[in-house]
Amino acid sequence: MVEPLLALRGLTKRFGGLTATDGVTLDIAPGEIHALIGPNGAGKTTLIHQISGALPPDDGSVTFGGREITQLAMHERVAAGLVRSFQVTNIFQRFSVLDNVALAVQAGSGSSMAFWRPAAREAKLFREAHALLARIGLADKAASTAATLAHGEQRQLEVGLALATRPTLLLLDEPLAGMGPEESERMVQLIAGLARTCTILLVEHDMQAVFRLATRISVLVSGRIIASGAPDDVRRDNEVRRAYLGDEVPSAAA
Amino acid sequence: MTALHHSLLPRVALPALALLAAFPLVMQAIDQPFYIVLATRILIFALAASSLNLLIGFGGMVSFGHAAFFGTGAYTVGILMVHGVESAWIAWPAAVLMSALAALLIGAISLHTRGVYFIMITLAFAQMIYYVFVSLKAYGGDDGLTLAGRSQIGFGVDLASDVVFYYVVLAIVATLLVLLGRLVNARFGRALQAIRENETRAQAIGFPAYRYKLACFVLGGAMAGLAGVLIVNQNELASPNLLHWMQSGMLMIMVILGGVGFLYGGALGALVLLLLEETLSEYTIHWQLGVGLVLLAVVLFAPNGLLSLARRRTAGG
Amino acid sequence: MDWILLLEQTLNGLQFGLMLFLLAAGLTLVFGIMDMINLAHGSLYMVGAYLAATLLAYTGSFTVAVLGALAGTALFGALLEVSLLRTLYQRDHLTQVLATFALILIINEGTRIIWGSQALLLNAPDALSGPVELFPGLTYPAYRLLIIGVGLAVAVALYLLVAHTRVGMLVRAGASNREMALTMGVNVKRLFTAVFATGAALSALAGAMLGPLLAVQVGMGESILILAFVVIVIGGIGSIRGALVGALLVGFVDTLGRTLLPMSLRSVLPPMVASNLGPALASILIYVLMAAVLFWRPQGLFPARG
Repeated sequence: MVEPLLALRGLTKRFGGLTATDGVTLDIAPGEIHALIGPNGAGKTTLIHQISGALPPDDGSVTFGGREITQLAMHERVAAGLVRSFQVTNIFQRFSVLDNVALAVQAGSGSSMAFWRPAAREAKLFREAHALLARIGLADKAASTAATLAHGEQRQLEVGLALATRPTLLLLDEPLAGMGPEESERMVQLIAGLARTCTILLVEHDMQAVFRLATRISVLVSGRIIASGAPDDVRRDNEVRRAYLGDEVPSAAA
Repeated sequence: MTALHHSLLPRVALPALALLAAFPLVMQAIDQPFYIVLATRILIFALAASSLNLLIGFGGMVSFGHAAFFGTGAYTVGILMVHGVESAWIAWPAAVLMSALAALLIGAISLHTRGVYFIMITLAFAQMIYYVFVSLKAYGGDDGLTLAGRSQIGFGVDLASDVVFYYVVLAIVATLLVLLGRLVNARFGRALQAIRENETRAQAIGFPAYRYKLACFVLGGAMAGLAGVLIVNQNELASPNLLHWMQSGMLMIMVILGGVGFLYGGALGALVLLLLEETLSEYTIHWQLGVGLVLLAVVLFAPNGLLSLARRRTAGG
Repeated sequence: MDWILLLEQTLNGLQFGLMLFLLAAGLTLVFGIMDMINLAHGSLYMVGAYLAATLLAYTGSFTVAVLGALAGTALFGALLEVSLLRTLYQRDHLTQVLATFALILIINEGTRIIWGSQALLLNAPDALSGPVELFPGLTYPAYRLLIIGVGLAVAVALYLLVAHTRVGMLVRAGASNREMALTMGVNVKRLFTAVFATGAALSALAGAMLGPLLAVQVGMGESILILAFVVIVIGGIGSIRGALVGALLVGFVDTLGRTLLPMSLRSVLPPMVASNLGPALASILIYVLMAAVLFWRPQGLFPARG
């Protein structure tokens, strides 16, 4: 029995009278692409916030790599290898694409309390940044200002920023949001490539992408996990079909 | 040219430095020593405004209480002198340290707020410090604290001479601006600007935002304290006006005027504002009206400051 | 404990607080609804005082002077809003700071050009220049009682206006959710001008009424402006109720603090220290209060924004 990379136990979050996260217990195994799906308002983003450290849970625990991190601040989780990307593109709009990624590399490579030496001279930093850009397919846009990128390219950069911090576990919050078919295809390839070096927890609505990528799927409805397991099992689960998938389930041939 | 890199513009700065170095000699030659005093004053405020620009422009922290650090530096020198400490080698570092300490305390608390609340709480703390110093009758109270003379440096450097004082100020301000330029281009400056640009994102890639903002706040406060050291020496008076919220407002106006977030924004703003004051007051007693009108014009035509006009031109837009 | 002194100072605190309320009410609405930092708000207060002093000199009637000051300043405020301030609403706070700071300079200097640098005389009406015996042992200046009366009347009127009229509802909606109010089709431009002009009139009233007590001179606006900001931060930006509570709080703390603190300190500390520390602590007190509110409950005592 492999120890889970990420273990959620009884995670609960309430907003006034609304229970957004209701005793969520979930294991993410190392090396897998674990998809988290559910209807709108199921509480997926709230759950991501609690895993990443943006929101403190009211109850329950988050364990990462065997270490309890429930009280850890966001930047400490990042340092430990737990990194998220954002559902709404959240990049440094006014900086160049290269600088965006270079900043993320910088954050992960030692202290930034350095006051004298120009960072631009740190060849190693920028080599790594360029390599990352090549990996996410934005090498030719290095000098462009981030705000000038197309929506799909900005989503790629979004993932790139998360990747630059050398994560062990990558939380991808709806990476395909607002993408056309060509862009989606590129992103799916990108994510599949990422899985070679890190574990991925993927929140997505795009069912085609989910069933192509996921090794395991969990379904979140009204803050509770109602099913979790291999994609085919989840697809066939009656409760899931009733609560959520309906006839959106792509056939096994997709 | 990325928005993250800030050049010290050596092609412009070095000639400017040479001009500044030659300035007193020229003024002496044409027997206009008053302008040496004016230029010294401009240099000192260039330093003070640049220290605030570090906070506002690079750190994204709009502090309305910066005068507190400016005045603390000044009063520390003054109070030490009252107690017989005249040596600059002791008093000046002590003053910078006091300002840094004040910035550490005020920043540590204020940085738990943001936006307009941050503006207000920094104002509140600055007012507290203002009233404390104004109430100290032993150190001048309302009238301020007169110094027995300027600080003693020794080694034959006599600050009582306005020309010597000018060169000391020029050396200090030029050095600090170079340090500022190195700072914003170093890792610290880049992390700081990332935090200013998008704090959530910066935290999400692993920068502990509070820590960097506080460090920036302290550095800015220390730099303002150094400017305070210089101003109290020039005026030979530590006035409570240095701590007044209108002084904080003045410094902010200089930064906004010159260009928030441009390396030389504070310096240019100080130059323009003080020159404007000086020239207009030669012509009319109602010079404040002129200054107000010019500022309004800047708001309408160059809302991002004067240096933004230069960038607009070079960008061809 | 000198009860008479305490009562007297409490009444002074009430009087000061109510005048601060007049100043703060306009400021909080402009800040809350139009999201604009207006440093020149104190200048409207000053203009009101100057107009009142001038009208009093011409007509000899205090009532005409005050009413004239209200109308004149409201008009001035409206013109200012329509011509310049309107363009600032969409801009960032720093730009607003720059522009309204410039306005302070222009209005201050303009006042000096028209009226000169000397302080103006603004006297309370003769009929009210004497003391009134509230009860055996306590006499209180009649004029200050008038200020309290006017302040309370305006507070009630404002409350009725904001809580019970359609215009008031629009104002409250605008303060709590600007975008919603805009989408509801409110004639925003006219509403904003009206709000600003009303704020100007209230400031003018404060300026005219306080004129006999404080000096009518250039710069009087800046010293009271900062207190107004303290009030709206404590009370909650955008809330009239907050402005009233905050103003009374600040009025009491400041006035009572100035009398009681030095006194009580003198009983435990050597007189030299007490006479230094007392006034300092009293001045600092309201800022400590403001910092505490900003730290623990930054949205203020009565947040307008839900």
